[in-house]
Amino acid sequence: MSADVRPPEHALEVVRSGPAATVQDLGRPGLAHLGVGRSGAADRPSLRLANRLLGNDEGAAAVEVTVGGLSVTCAGGAFVALTGAPCPATVDGRPVPLNSVLWLPDGAELELGMPAVGLRSYLAVRGGLEVAPVLGSRSRDTLAGLGPDPLTAGMRLPVGPAPAGDPLVDTAPLDPPTGGEITLRVRLGPREDWFSPGAARTLLGQAYQVSADSDRVGARLEGDPLERAGDDDRELPSEGMVLGSLQVPPSGQPTILLADHPVTGGYPVIGVVDARDVAAAAQARPGQTVRFVPTARAS
Amino acid sequence: MRCLPCGDVGLLVELDDLPQVLALHAALEQAPPPGVIDLVPAARTLLLQLDPAQTAVDAVAEQVRSVSVRPGAAPVAGRVELPVVYDGSDLAEVAELTGLSTEEVVAAHTGQEWTVAFCGFSPGFGYLVGEDERLHVPRRSTPRTRVPAGAVGLAGEFGGVYPRESPGGWQLIGRTDATLWDVDRDPPALLVPGTQVRFVRQDAS
Repeated sequence: MSADVRPPEHALEVVRSGPAATVQDLGRPGLAHLGVGRSGAADRPSLRLANRLLGNDEGAAAVEVTVGGLSVTCAGGAFVALTGAPCPATVDGRPVPLNSVLWLPDGAELELGMPAVGLRSYLAVRGGLEVAPVLGSRSRDTLAGLGPDPLTAGMRLPVGPAPAGDPLVDTAPLDPPTGGEITLRVRLGPREDWFSPGAARTLLGQAYQVSADSDRVGARLEGDPLERAGDDDRELPSEGMVLGSLQVPPSGQPTILLADHPVTGGYPVIGVVDARDVAAAAQARPGQTVRFVPTARAS
Repeated sequence: MRCLPCGDVGLLVELDDLPQVLALHAALEQAPPPGVIDLVPAARTLLLQLDPAQTAVDAVAEQVRSVSVRPGAAPVAGRVELPVVYDGSDLAEVAELTGLSTEEVVAAHTGQEWTVAFCGFSPGFGYLVGEDERLHVPRRSTPRTRVPAGAVGLAGEFGGVYPRESPGGWQLIGRTDATLWDVDRDPPALLVPGTQVRFVRQDAS
């Protein structure tokens, strides 16, 4: 036994997890050759913002909350920040703002209600969550079953030591995700030649509805089906897929591949959502309308 | 070689066959173009994932076209023997599809050397290529919703072993007790690209 007097361990304690809350950082790039995808926060800019507010490394691990419902306390107290989908939030019943540095006192309960718009919110803690990393990341990959378990009531999430720098700002002005129509820039390819000439017009011309069957793997869309080229009963050999790919299964209804998408897939990709718009796609709620516009060619 | 852009974050390089894919992969692994963060080899393609803040698709395509590729340069990454009990639910169907008896299917499976070409589908799922075409069979028309960990299967030109329970559409011919995926092992995948694999018949205990 050590005689050292240790400071009390800081930890978030989960009172209620809500429908789907996981720990996320910026994921595990560089392992695709082992069949391991990147995973990480579905809305990366919101995770980075929450960490910047607290003076953390931008890639520190935080909680990704889906449609609110999370309730936590923090042993020892902590500075926290909430970003992403605007959940109504309270500390011991008193409303607290988003995109701000908040003090969560020892034992006080932070409760998140359901956001009016958007899907995913981020709760970051100064010092970051120090759950055990798996393959260099604390992200939960829901498809591969890798990384820390999804949050459940009673779980303790250790908080790391505070970073050297102080938080530089109290609050960050930021537009919330839209509740109306979402416009996503898309570049056709790599497999647009697997579709009928009219399929690109259909993709770019219609309003899609986001399906309820959407998750961290993909946002599934419903609309007029995208037709395969008429003479085409080929089967695509599985190939690598990037984040934001519009993968089209035989139903003709595209799925926007999100953070936990598989490394390879066997259905052709008609187009890819611009990297700047993937966070907006990840915030699209079931029932919301999505339109695609062509990306201006860079060259 | 065809270079197909994937938005602003990827370049899908389409090649004629798997050996070309593996040769280009081996060449690029040694010296990846700046800003490329991940290489994903597959049956006919190599995907380069890039960071759009560091490079652009067109620049990467130019660099890929200038790479000199030595065919057959893919290195061997070790040898593995996998004990298999050949009692898979699709063994009889594979026999019918290949025109072999079930005994001949087992003999063909154990009698050739397999090489892990690439990983995909799920962590540690290696796509194995054999030495002949006798066991090439189509995947099942209806995938199973649940395939157990350790299931040994065939699909198209590939063999494979399911590292963990998952849905799957491969024809199942047997099962192994080997641990294909363990995050506490380095590397966590038993079958990394380049590994040579022998399947060894084991009696059901």
